[in-house]
Amino acid sequence: MSVLDRKLLRDLWHMRGQALAIAAVIMGGVATLVMSLSTYDSLVTTRDRFYRDYRFAEAFADLKRAPEPVAERLRELPGVDRLETRVAAGARLEVPGFADPVTGLLLSLPDRGDAELNRLHLKRGRMVEPYSEDEAILSDTLAEGHGIDPGDTLSVIVNGKRKTLTVVGIAVSPEYVYQIAPGALFPDFKRYGVLWMRRSALAAAYDMEGAFNNVALTLVRGADLREVIARVDAVLARYGGTGAYARRDQFSNRFLSEELNQLQTTATIFPAIFLGVAAFLLNVVLSRLIALQREQIAVLKAFGYTNGAIGWHFVKLVMLIVVLGVAAGAGLGAWFGHGLANIYTETSFRFPWLDYRLDARVVVFALAVAGVAAIAGTLFAVFKAARLTQAEGMRSETPTVYHATVVERIGLAALLSSPSRMIARHIERHPAKSLLTVLGVACACGLMMVGNYQSDAIHYMVDVHFRQAAREDLALTFTEPTSGKALHELAALPGVDHVEGFRDVPAILRFRNYSYRSAVYGILPQGQLHRSLDRALKPVKVPAGGVVLTDYLADEILHVKPGDRITVEVLEGRRQVLEVPVLGITKQYFGVSAYMQKDSLNALLREGDVVSGAYLALKPGNEDAVYALLHERPRVLGMVANASAVRSFYATLGEFILFYNTVATLLAAAIGFGVVYNSARVALSERGRELASLRVLGLTRGEVAYILLGELAVLTLAAIPLGMLVGIGLIWILVLALNGELYRLPLTLTPANYALGASVVLVSALLSGLLVWRKLGRLDLVGVLKTRE
Amino acid sequence: MNAAPEVVFRASALTKTYRMGEVSVPALRGIDLELRAGELVVLLGPSGSGKSTLLNILGGLDTPTSGEVFYLDHQLTAASEAELTLFRRDHVGFVFQFYNLIPSLTARENVAVVTEIARAPMRPEDALALVGLADRLDHFPAQLSGGEQQRVAIARAIAKNPAVLLCDEPTGALDAQTGVVVLEALEKVNRELGTLTVLITHNAIIAGMANRVIRLSGGCIVDIQDNANPRAARELSW
Repeated sequence: MSVLDRKLLRDLWHMRGQALAIAAVIMGGVATLVMSLSTYDSLVTTRDRFYRDYRFAEAFADLKRAPEPVAERLRELPGVDRLETRVAAGARLEVPGFADPVTGLLLSLPDRGDAELNRLHLKRGRMVEPYSEDEAILSDTLAEGHGIDPGDTLSVIVNGKRKTLTVVGIAVSPEYVYQIAPGALFPDFKRYGVLWMRRSALAAAYDMEGAFNNVALTLVRGADLREVIARVDAVLARYGGTGAYARRDQFSNRFLSEELNQLQTTATIFPAIFLGVAAFLLNVVLSRLIALQREQIAVLKAFGYTNGAIGWHFVKLVMLIVVLGVAAGAGLGAWFGHGLANIYTETSFRFPWLDYRLDARVVVFALAVAGVAAIAGTLFAVFKAARLTQAEGMRSETPTVYHATVVERIGLAALLSSPSRMIARHIERHPAKSLLTVLGVACACGLMMVGNYQSDAIHYMVDVHFRQAAREDLALTFTEPTSGKALHELAALPGVDHVEGFRDVPAILRFRNYSYRSAVYGILPQGQLHRSLDRALKPVKVPAGGVVLTDYLADEILHVKPGDRITVEVLEGRRQVLEVPVLGITKQYFGVSAYMQKDSLNALLREGDVVSGAYLALKPGNEDAVYALLHERPRVLGMVANASAVRSFYATLGEFILFYNTVATLLAAAIGFGVVYNSARVALSERGRELASLRVLGLTRGEVAYILLGELAVLTLAAIPLGMLVGIGLIWILVLALNGELYRLPLTLTPANYALGASVVLVSALLSGLLVWRKLGRLDLVGVLKTRE
Repeated sequence: MNAAPEVVFRASALTKTYRMGEVSVPALRGIDLELRAGELVVLLGPSGSGKSTLLNILGGLDTPTSGEVFYLDHQLTAASEAELTLFRRDHVGFVFQFYNLIPSLTARENVAVVTEIARAPMRPEDALALVGLADRLDHFPAQLSGGEQQRVAIARAIAKNPAVLLCDEPTGALDAQTGVVVLEALEKVNRELGTLTVLITHNAIIAGMANRVIRLSGGCIVDIQDNANPRAARELSW
């Protein structure tokens, strides 16, 4: 080992505290990157393998009822590869000991063997016996939500008839990776589930013998998806088809893709912010650290080392720190990523397994970013020092020229003691250095706010949605569109306070070449329960004769403005194609929808007073009684209770967000501390001699500390308001980037978040101050008399 | 002559050994010494002779391995870190070879840094006038020559009216001409304020201006010379 390398290791050991703090900054940035990207990669890899191995269909169609021979015509359509017909039936489930409404979907399996498409992955138990009449396989979410095991029985109410099924297996399906009840916003493991039964048994229960009402298919290679869908549609139209749709529009897959898109954005934006800030801090901190080695650089040059050799020497030093930070960050990131991906699969996306994947390129990329930032900072400082002649470098640095500060010039000098004047002049004399310190600390504060922002946003979104827009206690759907008279019956039920009917139809909305498959909701113009909000989140009346669109649907998907006319292709009943004016925009944080007045929608559909379901307000304390009464009504298909929806959200998706949040906050805190501590340490090194002189002159440790820590305090305090601005800016970027179909984030800035950002900086400053205080106690007073610099 | 002036420092059997890993390096080996008020004492010796170590111990910056040091009736060797700080603050003025001025403070403020915490200081302006810098009060160190910077350091050291002024190679970084000006300032302070002044040098010519010259070698006092007729600093040249 060369002498220089030995020096390098000793130098590193000597400054180990600082080196660790710098490594912590890198670790924070890299861990965020690795965690986010590896989670994303893992979920995508897992999804792709699951879809492929379990033959997830490429197109689907729902219809009212078609005789089985129609299947042959469908199979013969050009472009169709495999096609499977099924019976699908909505049902209500009865879980013993659970009063809340539980909605379910019953799906048929062929009478023998496994399905050809959308195959099940059995997690426990066994397959249903061929032709079994009373065995079923249950989706693992509901099984988990209620602790249902193979062997347990479950009652289902299908077509108004109660049927008791024995659960023989627990499974996941590529078709239901993301399970959500119709009309619900979040997955709810306790209140929604899918059951698979043998075809004959389900057909018998649902009056579908010799017929089917659902189709899944795959395409031959190179077939045109749109054409195939059009052909399938043409065949099924007369059987009450509601429009075939591609995998892209399949409910679970759409949510999954959309969520993965947003995760990908998060996985890009978040680490970009973290790594960017970390790189900036690294650059600043290292260039200051290297600047302290001025004399050494001059001596090495005097010995005949080239600038390049000296630069390389310091680059090696710095790269050791960088590699340490990247390694720690990659390890921590992989650990967090594993945890995060697991939470994902446990709370929202049910995969049978998780292919955890950490792409080596991610780590290499992180190393490159951190390395470039570090090397740039190092070389900048080295060459700046090397530009001096050796003699200049070794001579004591010419005292910097100081001036009276602005504060003094405006006549406040009398207010300042000499130490205070030293602080003021030092800051003013080194504006760039002071500014960089302030910026660094501000970035740390901003990061902290970003890390903590998401949970604030979620609380806010949930609050707006459930307290302003969807205020009903219960939303129920009927098995099929029903006369509005049914509402009177509901209103008369004991425990029901208020009822508002709604009409919804599945439809494709088109404007120019943009289209979106969704539903049009007909709601009451002056409803008290379900309301439409304007951009300022005030409830507004839905006007008659046109649609009101969610802002994201209007602005980003269909590109329409109020006054434009959109085409609505109804996918139900007579399947009308209607031209409807856009009359307004409504603000919504979750999902996207189109709203009309219920009467207008009824009129457009040329039907009378028809409702698809109802929003109910219940008298407090009567929930269970009302559930029980509704449960007995054959026409009630499903119910979603808002209070439990919110609870389940916080138990599932909320857990994931909180995890991410906690990790981001921890990493931001690590970065924050690294920056503040380094600023303090570098300042101590730069001014150690000056402070030791003062100690020799009889100033106490406290008085000397005041000069050094006073400056740090001034800079820290200046950094906090700036840091809040940085935080707002970073959050703004996040809000813009995460704008999506599933949800839009509001720019929520709570006092608590500001306080957290500030307190992390303050606590870091206090801790750093304490550590520096200890160092001040060990200042070499004797050395200062003899040494120059 | 009246009764001998009061003894300010009394050191007895002073030793100092530095431990460097497994090797111990003796810096002082049994020093007995008395320094009296108003004296100008020069400690003369080659580097490594122990003169700086002795000065640091007298100034409360270092502690001996064994032996005792008294400042008047205070035993420095029994004092705590905080008491030593207080001792330096109230009674000791230091002048360093490399001035060690605070670059961000003017000449006046560099002196004020000390007078603000001293018990009975002179005005910074008066201290600076004493060293001939009455017209440079508001200059920053960067705007002063080396000799001027050193005189600011002397003004800073004496402004608190210390009992003792300890100077470690005060002219070491200066050319002869400038060095003499600095020595004149020290001489004037010693004469006008009666401050016990201890000056370290390896320049034997400077010893000419001392009342007493103490030669050190290898950590021992090898010779003490009383000088009844010290030369004026102005007459020195090297």
